[in-house]
Amino acid sequence: MPSTYEPIATTSLSASTSTITFSSIPSTYTDLKFILVGKGATATNVNLRFNGDTGGNYFAAYLQGNGSAASANYQSSIDNIYLTQAINWSDTYPSFLEADIFSYAGSLQKTITASTSGDYNGSGFATKWVGRWASTSAITSLSITAPSNWAVGTTATLYGIKAA
Amino acid sequence: MANTYTLISSNTLSSSAASVTFSAIPSTYTDLVLWASHRVDVGVRVNDQLTLRFESSGANTNHSHTQLSGNGASAASSRVSSNYAITIDEGTVGPGATSNTFATSQFYIPSYTSSANKPVSIDNATETNATTAWRIGSAGLWRNASAISTIIIANNGNFVAGSSFYLYGINNS
Repeated sequence: MPSTYEPIATTSLSASTSTITFSSIPSTYTDLKFILVGKGATATNVNLRFNGDTGGNYFAAYLQGNGSAASANYQSSIDNIYLTQAINWSDTYPSFLEADIFSYAGSLQKTITASTSGDYNGSGFATKWVGRWASTSAITSLSITAPSNWAVGTTATLYGIKAA
Repeated sequence: MANTYTLISSNTLSSSAASVTFSAIPSTYTDLVLWASHRVDVGVRVNDQLTLRFESSGANTNHSHTQLSGNGASAASSRVSSNYAITIDEGTVGPGATSNTFATSQFYIPSYTSSANKPVSIDNATETNATTAWRIGSAGLWRNASAISTIIIANNGNFVAGSSFYLYGINNS
């Protein structure tokens, strides 16, 4: 049976850190899926970047709910993709991030869809994103940064998906 | 070769059923994903409520959720705390919808054997050739340190025959 869905790398934090990076991503897959279960990003924006690019090459639209209202926005020429916008991730309850990165090794600009969610029994959020990295380079590294640290026990896994 | 995405169990209903239960879920995976296609027989509405819980009794109030939804005309967000189940309002298709249309749901349950509280990411869609269609993303939470060994998906009436449910285990190594 062909294996079309393979873990590339995983990390479970034994010490808090602000940035989790997966580097040397092989170009042998069709798409990437990134999964994170985390606590402790108790600040506003959680940021996603590729290949260490800090230029204004990211574009994104999002729809976000906080339990009482929904909001939407579009951001252009920003220096990362914000995977949550002005949302505090809980120190107590784990939150979740799922991102799909399509045709990451191709020579076209890169499209990313993402969902982030965290319910804390009385507060929380749910967010849907679509983003674009305006680069024709293959994605070889991925970094996700919390303005304050990811807590011990935060787990992140990068999967590769093969179309054939 | 890694066997990352493994079917644990599936159930395609040959007759209507009030709920579908996956029990004795093995603890050998990293995450769980439940895919479901469903329609219910209750009332006359186009859409109705779907529920998910991890306790058989339904008597406790350890579930909660924050819902984000859009119906083609507007977006909204709502919350239910300390509930018997995670509820997805408008999350399934009812008798008022076009025949043979079904809702689709994905429930991603990471770290389901951990000793921490359990988050659930919910992705749900209904399109029934009606004047509204629902797209829902929710954050769910089960406040319990036990490993998840049972999943119960239900509604306000019965799932109709043809509704299907697939539970997968995902390994990250």
